[in-house]
Amino acid sequence: MTTAINGRHIPDRLTSPAARALKSWEALLLVVAIAIFILNALASPYFLDPWNLSDASFNFTEKAMIAFAMAMLIVAGEIDLSVGAIIALASTVMGLAMTAGASTPVLVLLGLGTGLLCGAFNGLLVAGFGLPSIVVTIGTMSLFRGVSYIVLGDGAFTGYPESFAWFGQGYVFWVVTVELVIFALAALVFGILLHRTSFGRMVYAIGNNATAARFSGIRVERIRFVLFLLTGLMSGIAAICLTSRLGSTRPSIAAGFELEVVTIVVLGGVSILGGSGSVPGVVLAALVMGLVTFGLGLLNVPGIVMSIVTGALLISVIALPRLWAMARRR
Amino acid sequence: MQAEYRPQDGAAPVLSLRGIVKTFPGVRALDGVRLDLYPGQVTALIGENGAGKSTIVKILTGIYQPDEGEILVDGQPVAFPTAQAAGAAGVTAIHQETVLFDELTVAENIFIGHAPRNRWGLIDRRAMRARARAILAGIGADLNPAARLRDLGIASKHLVAIARALSIDARVVIMDEPTAALSHKEIAELYELVDKLRAQGKAILFISHKFDEIFRIADRWTVFRDGQFVDQGQMEDVTEADLVRMMVGRPVDQIYPKRPARIGEPVLTVAGYSHPTEFADITFTLRRGEILGFYGLVGAGRSEVMQALFGITRPSKGACRIEGKVRVIRSTAQAVDAGIVYVPEDRGRQGAVKGLPIFQNVTLPSLARTSRAGFLRLAEEFALAREYTQRLDLRAASLDQDVALLSGGNQQKVVIAKWLATRPRVIILDEPTKGIDIGSKAAVHDFMSELAAQGLSVIMVSSEIPEVLGMSDRVIVMREGRIAGEFASERMTPENLVRAAVGLDRDAPRPGEGEAA
Amino acid sequence: MSLLKSRETILALAILALLAAIASRFPGFVAPRNLARVLTDTSPLILLALGQMAVILTKCIDLSVAANLALCGMVAALMNGAGVPLPLILLAVVLLGAALGAVNGLLVWRLGIPSIVVTLGTMTIYRGSIFLMTGGAWINAHQMSDAFKAFPRTVVLGLPVMAWIGLAGIAAMALLLTRTPLGRAFHAVGGNPHAAVYTGISVGRTQCAAFVLSGALAGLTGYLWVARYAVAYVDIAAGFELDVVAACVIGGIAIAGGAGTVAGAVMGALFLGIIKNALPVVGISPFWQMAISGSAILLAIAFNAASRRDPGRIILKQAEHRT
Repeated sequence: MTTAINGRHIPDRLTSPAARALKSWEALLLVVAIAIFILNALASPYFLDPWNLSDASFNFTEKAMIAFAMAMLIVAGEIDLSVGAIIALASTVMGLAMTAGASTPVLVLLGLGTGLLCGAFNGLLVAGFGLPSIVVTIGTMSLFRGVSYIVLGDGAFTGYPESFAWFGQGYVFWVVTVELVIFALAALVFGILLHRTSFGRMVYAIGNNATAARFSGIRVERIRFVLFLLTGLMSGIAAICLTSRLGSTRPSIAAGFELEVVTIVVLGGVSILGGSGSVPGVVLAALVMGLVTFGLGLLNVPGIVMSIVTGALLISVIALPRLWAMARRR
Repeated sequence: MQAEYRPQDGAAPVLSLRGIVKTFPGVRALDGVRLDLYPGQVTALIGENGAGKSTIVKILTGIYQPDEGEILVDGQPVAFPTAQAAGAAGVTAIHQETVLFDELTVAENIFIGHAPRNRWGLIDRRAMRARARAILAGIGADLNPAARLRDLGIASKHLVAIARALSIDARVVIMDEPTAALSHKEIAELYELVDKLRAQGKAILFISHKFDEIFRIADRWTVFRDGQFVDQGQMEDVTEADLVRMMVGRPVDQIYPKRPARIGEPVLTVAGYSHPTEFADITFTLRRGEILGFYGLVGAGRSEVMQALFGITRPSKGACRIEGKVRVIRSTAQAVDAGIVYVPEDRGRQGAVKGLPIFQNVTLPSLARTSRAGFLRLAEEFALAREYTQRLDLRAASLDQDVALLSGGNQQKVVIAKWLATRPRVIILDEPTKGIDIGSKAAVHDFMSELAAQGLSVIMVSSEIPEVLGMSDRVIVMREGRIAGEFASERMTPENLVRAAVGLDRDAPRPGEGEAA
Repeated sequence: MSLLKSRETILALAILALLAAIASRFPGFVAPRNLARVLTDTSPLILLALGQMAVILTKCIDLSVAANLALCGMVAALMNGAGVPLPLILLAVVLLGAALGAVNGLLVWRLGIPSIVVTLGTMTIYRGSIFLMTGGAWINAHQMSDAFKAFPRTVVLGLPVMAWIGLAGIAAMALLLTRTPLGRAFHAVGGNPHAAVYTGISVGRTQCAAFVLSGALAGLTGYLWVARYAVAYVDIAAGFELDVVAACVIGGIAIAGGAGTVAGAVMGALFLGIIKNALPVVGISPFWQMAISGSAILLAIAFNAASRRDPGRIILKQAEHRT
């Protein structure tokens, strides 16, 4: 500790980061995840089978990849509702290239490139022209998917090369799928980016108070643009995985993804108003969503009922703490 | 119009406050204050920024609820749980901030919340416009009630706000710094209006810190200091010096610890800075170790010039040199690179990122220095934050505490610490002590002197004459977006500054005048 | 009051230009009978856009309208199957829609949850509830009574009832927004929430009222939709909420709240309705519609942003004279 020059000494921290983590939203999510895991294990004998669990991971990995980028975007006070449409467009571009005989590496590059271009388009409109991201991405959502419909109509692209199937159907070792590895890598990269770099710090500052961030010499527009670019890139990666897994492209591919991605992000404790949230929270939220869906699936609950559970979960995770606070104030 | 009202001796107050306490996280805004408002009399509420004037207005108009104490109307205790309850009790306010709606018409703005209805319960637009026209005529405002507010100028909007306050049958009218944004002529018209209201027997609470205004208009005075009631009385029994002493609580000359500094070579040279609507022909030089004051009325364009220098807005013309080198500043990042930093007036919105901890606020513009290859190094950040917060004598529980939990004065210290950590050449302080407590104020002043003595160049925008005179080596006065005069040494008198600021200083030639129309 | 404000005028001109362009090749499209058909076809979008507009004026957004519509439509079909008379069904769907809107509104008002989160959640809940009620079954034309199906198509004074309901909705909304305290409060709350508090308007209560209004209109439209297309199932009007928001955005309703007119919302809906109806006529695949409306949204946002750009403070005297 240095000695005070003319002021009094102020301690760096009063509570240790570990103590803080114990009382956090993420800790609560972890408890919920474990509880659901145990409940599922008790409810169904098939649940603990590693192959079943590995299979079940597909229902969150693609969405969660995007959720990491979306989390950063929402922390910065923006939103991208066009992610599902970006997947559709990227998948369509890959499909067109595939029918023209493109090889797997070219397909992958086109998928990533389309994602980046779409992200850049959103970023240009929001950061460059200062338009509100929610309506811009509602517009680009129609535009991107609309282009897919123009290309495909009610048709589909099928017949992707065998090597392309690796991304969505392959295993790295034992039960660990390629998608699961991409998910874990994305979690790591985005976790470091948001929590351990000055870029991440600036994202928090912008989300808390964009004006004050600009008045602190931060290039707010540039950071917003990069965030849209990242979201586009992750949507491109998800498009590769999803197309590879389904083995076909229809214009309705990944319909409604944007809502599920936002749900994961919000469930993960990211404030929809910006300024707070963490990548570990999003990871846990993705796991919780995956476990709930899988568990209900094992109990033969139809998909649409699961969506009710998702919607109720989304509202109640935000409503319950507020109700609790209101009740305590009384 | 009602008959002329003559206040009787010993008339009872219409409205009284007793023992009002209001606390916010980190601040005790009001600490057991009292206030009495008499019919047919103007009571001036006097106090420095941060004395609790705005809070009392919000309590009187039902926006805030007091933690303790009572509100008495005609001697009976009442509560104002909502703005409508205050209106129903006959309390109305002309607020400092614009509380109007740009997308609605003049008449709708006047009557929103209590519009006249026809027999089907719909808004009776004809009646509303007729009544709006009558009220506007009553205050001498020539405005079309059907005009959209968006299309009006600032002075006209102010008249709409006044008309709105008068549209309810008020017994108590609160005017919160009503002349701040008005021209000389408009101020004279406002005085006439106040006289008219007084003659109608309304109790008027007049909040201002301009003494000439208070002595012109008020019958009674009440002084608050740091959220506490100091004293009250009749205007004829008090002098300006008495009021100043009560406001400040100690002799004036002790507050400004200006040290003689060695003023060196020019650091910042601004030549012909202009903006299409905000300012024109701004030319000045700032030297090493100098504190240059910028004085003017609120809305004279001083902050706008400073924000252009800091890269928030772009000037349409003009050049800026730093240490002789021409610098084009198009973003705040470029300004920081060039060594110009800006402590904004609007601390809550522009200064501090309140949701982030102290240390993160301090290091925000210096992240390139505290991180390595883009990766954060927390130890470096804490070291930097520790160094500068201690130099500013910050009071906080820990550096990990959110800035939102600090008092206004300590938030300001965090903002200043943030900029000093970038080791700037020029620091611009925009109303640096507005709304902060006296202790922090002294610390900021003290520190400003120290910085200048160490060779930093300081621009201080301030609307408080004693502060400008007490701290500056030289003062530039702005009026209506232009430099109206520059004053140093013996010409730096309160009278000269005010004359230049209000445009009485006809001797000084001002370029560009007469081109209008 | 200025009759023609630039935003609405330009949109009206754009619609006229669009109609003229279509008519130059296909004059039959602008025949009164066909235009009446377009109006009838666009009525559901108009009604929902009017409700959405109230919500957007108060700085919120209602993404649950299409799910609300589908749920109320299903309830109407089920009630019809149970033999409930039509007037009662109409009353029931409006009340149910309003109640579903009130759920959104209360969550926004009482718990302060951002509207986009609330309606994202209720959207899936409302649509899922249809499945819970029916087990995923469809209700087809032959399961509906003739009176139930015929009402929206009944022609009165040359226009089907459906179109008349759309027109009545426009008139009622115009009256509500310009002539009632609540309507003015919608503008006030979104335009300057801070000031609204000073004038004694409750921001949350006003937002809640907007959601109730939007919900009631969605409920009514639910019946119209099911009766007109003579089918009810879980996924009717899926994704329609985006068309509704698009109509508002194209109509110049500021997503930041406070600014927008009934004329704008109606024209935004008509613009989309005309495109939808014209595509098959001019021989363009209907698959183009989504991309066209997406482009229209983006153009409308860019245009509105440009026309609303803050001119900044006017301090200089000569600048004040110039503007």
